[in-house]
Amino acid sequence: MRCIVLLLLSLALGACSVEPWVKPYERERLADPIMSFDRDPVSSAYTHHVYEAREGARGASGSAGGGCGCN
Amino acid sequence: MAATRRLLAAIGLLLAAAAGAGVLPEDRVDAMYHYYDGGGVQIDGPSILARKSLGQHFSVYGNYYVDTVSSASIDVLSTASPYEEERVETSGGVDYLHGDTLMSLALTRSDEDDYQAQTVNLGVAQEVFGGLTTISMGYGYGDDEVRRNGDPGFREEVKRQAYRLGISQILTRSFLASLNYELITDEGYLNNPYRSVRYRDPASGSGYSYQPEVYPRTRTSNAVALRGRYYLPWRAALHAGYRYFTDDWEIDAHTLELGYTQPLGGLEVDLQYRYYTQTAADFYSDLFPYRNAQNFLARDKELSSFQSHTLRLGLSYDFLRNGWTFLERGSINLIYDRIMFDYADFRDLRSSAPVGEEPLYAFDANVIQLFFSLWF
Repeated sequence: MRCIVLLLLSLALGACSVEPWVKPYERERLADPIMSFDRDPVSSAYTHHVYEAREGARGASGSAGGGCGCN
Repeated sequence: MAATRRLLAAIGLLLAAAAGAGVLPEDRVDAMYHYYDGGGVQIDGPSILARKSLGQHFSVYGNYYVDTVSSASIDVLSTASPYEEERVETSGGVDYLHGDTLMSLALTRSDEDDYQAQTVNLGVAQEVFGGLTTISMGYGYGDDEVRRNGDPGFREEVKRQAYRLGISQILTRSFLASLNYELITDEGYLNNPYRSVRYRDPASGSGYSYQPEVYPRTRTSNAVALRGRYYLPWRAALHAGYRYFTDDWEIDAHTLELGYTQPLGGLEVDLQYRYYTQTAADFYSDLFPYRNAQNFLARDKELSSFQSHTLRLGLSYDFLRNGWTFLERGSINLIYDRIMFDYADFRDLRSSAPVGEEPLYAFDANVIQLFFSLWF
């Protein structure tokens, strides 16, 4: 945990000096809705719920869990 | 608690490093009907999600979600009667944007006849390297109350905590990747108060009998997921993801996802394949050798070893491409998933084979999501 925190801090504080290699005006493709990781939150929340209720695995979905209480 | 203190300290320092401009989530309303049918279980209901920004710094949302369950599943058929129940989940939250930092707070409450869950989630996301990288952290705390219908004296609790870390990264003009990690700990009554395990019993006519399941009172799990999206030159996207999961119940799981999104005028087609496989919990058995064979006992198929394959077809149509009055755009969406489950050590007791030699259980589920989205 300590190592992770130090790594994140150094990333955050180092940000001021790093030149972005993909400039803001070069991000047109990335801004296209088809490139979104979570385009329709209502749908991704439901899909996670369907799997969480039927699988032993959980977490790291990229969004905050809901606490579905589905045991 | 030491981990919580370190996390809070790190969040504080990240906030101190904030500067520049991020974006709030879009203002939109989604109205969904969802339907699940598989393994003798039908679940359907609505989900309404609304999000609205307040000024330049705040965005609030609310979600109302219902599961209406009608269950005659294989677990129910072997030890109990089919049942119907309803679960209502309401949640609300607020996001606060300060420079390149987005902070979020969300509260969720879920109610059933015999189960009540409350969860609070805190999160912070920070853009760094001129927006090339977004680092996020989150913490969730849940408090559940478990009851048993027909047994007023039964009342148990579960405390849940989740710690999340994430990085999303712009790699090239066409390639995005994200890495997420989540640690979840549960403490309390983790089994299902109605479910039973079976054990060999020569005195019984069927050759086996049932006793209530018993789970450990703690569980800690770790999951890490890597995802990527790649923009193809003819305006389409390829996406892939992998998640590794492991916990102290000895469940190891791998999830693999591959997908392709293709816009065709106002229509958009999304094709996906998902593969999931897990090993069994170390206290799981389809058939224990005798009553009270060990301290912890489970015959829950979600804790058995199995694999599943999912095929998805998603269609989305933009019907307000040029806006209308205060609406910016709208879409209608239909998503169909077919999930095929194959269990490796959970047997189908509806057949009359010798004890322990019944056929392995398998079922297919159809999952449908139909929703309208309006942006304003």
